[in-house]
Amino acid sequence: MTARAFLVRGLLVGLLAGLATFATAYVVGEPHVEAALQVEEAHAATETDEAGHHDDVAVVPRTQQRTLGLLTGSLSIATVLGGTVALVAAGTVGRVGRLSPRQSTGLVALIGFVAVALVPFLKYPASPPAVGSADTIGARTTDYFGFLLVSVVVAVLATGLALRLLDRHGAFTAGLAGVAAYVVAMVAVGSLMPAVDELGDFPADTLWYFRRASIATLTVMWAAIGIGLAGLVGRLHDRERAVVARRELAASL
Amino acid sequence: MAHAVATPEIQLPTIPLRELGPWALLFALLTTVVVFFISADQGAVSVPSGTAIHEWVHDARHLLGYPCH
Repeated sequence: MTARAFLVRGLLVGLLAGLATFATAYVVGEPHVEAALQVEEAHAATETDEAGHHDDVAVVPRTQQRTLGLLTGSLSIATVLGGTVALVAAGTVGRVGRLSPRQSTGLVALIGFVAVALVPFLKYPASPPAVGSADTIGARTTDYFGFLLVSVVVAVLATGLALRLLDRHGAFTAGLAGVAAYVVAMVAVGSLMPAVDELGDFPADTLWYFRRASIATLTVMWAAIGIGLAGLVGRLHDRERAVVARRELAASL
Repeated sequence: MAHAVATPEIQLPTIPLRELGPWALLFALLTTVVVFFISADQGAVSVPSGTAIHEWVHDARHLLGYPCH
């Protein structure tokens, strides 16, 4: 197994995951983006000249935003995530207890999903257009990526803690300690970091449908990467083992 | 019985970190650049100025959970 073998598989799986991400976002998410934009338009129509930012000139028409634009974003993010997960998996293979390459790769993707997608979503959930003021985009961006960074660092440290405990205390205790350390640290950090409160009178149902669609999209992306990559890495390992077994058999004759 | 059957020690492959390092560094930089342009460009910071990139990836930005407006 080489770094190259992992990366190639990660990029391939990421690209396919990007297509799945796009399909999910388009089918499940886009109706609620449209609904949110209608809310925004209705607002803009009633409040005369409220320093409108979206409604001046459409740089990119909606038909392109919801198709090619969405596809561009989905493919790019999923491909770099696939490659990143693959390289992290390459670094952990053979180093997580007795987990097989297939298992340790799946574990990396699972931890990645929790640390990169799920937990940041719980603190700073995705918001549809019309929610979120242009004035606070700087602070919201800093908070989001700050929290994301903390989450990733804490996840790495918690995993390191679990690996340290693994030999002496067994998988159950080690896993529990790692998860507990991550949860406690993230709850503490999350309660210290500022909340976003910009909803106004945006309809709650539309918001919930949008957020549900968003986390579904993220879940599809990570699941596709995790399952696909674990499958390909597992197949590679099986093949290499078969080669080794044949060689040993040949040598013993 | 359980003691008699020794679990066959399967040799797990590892990849030396020295070999992995350059790939990891290069890809980390690439990931940062791509994530920046898809998720945050022309929102809080603008390179280049304008809104074309922001508008092009607008829906992906919202649906993948990045802060936007």
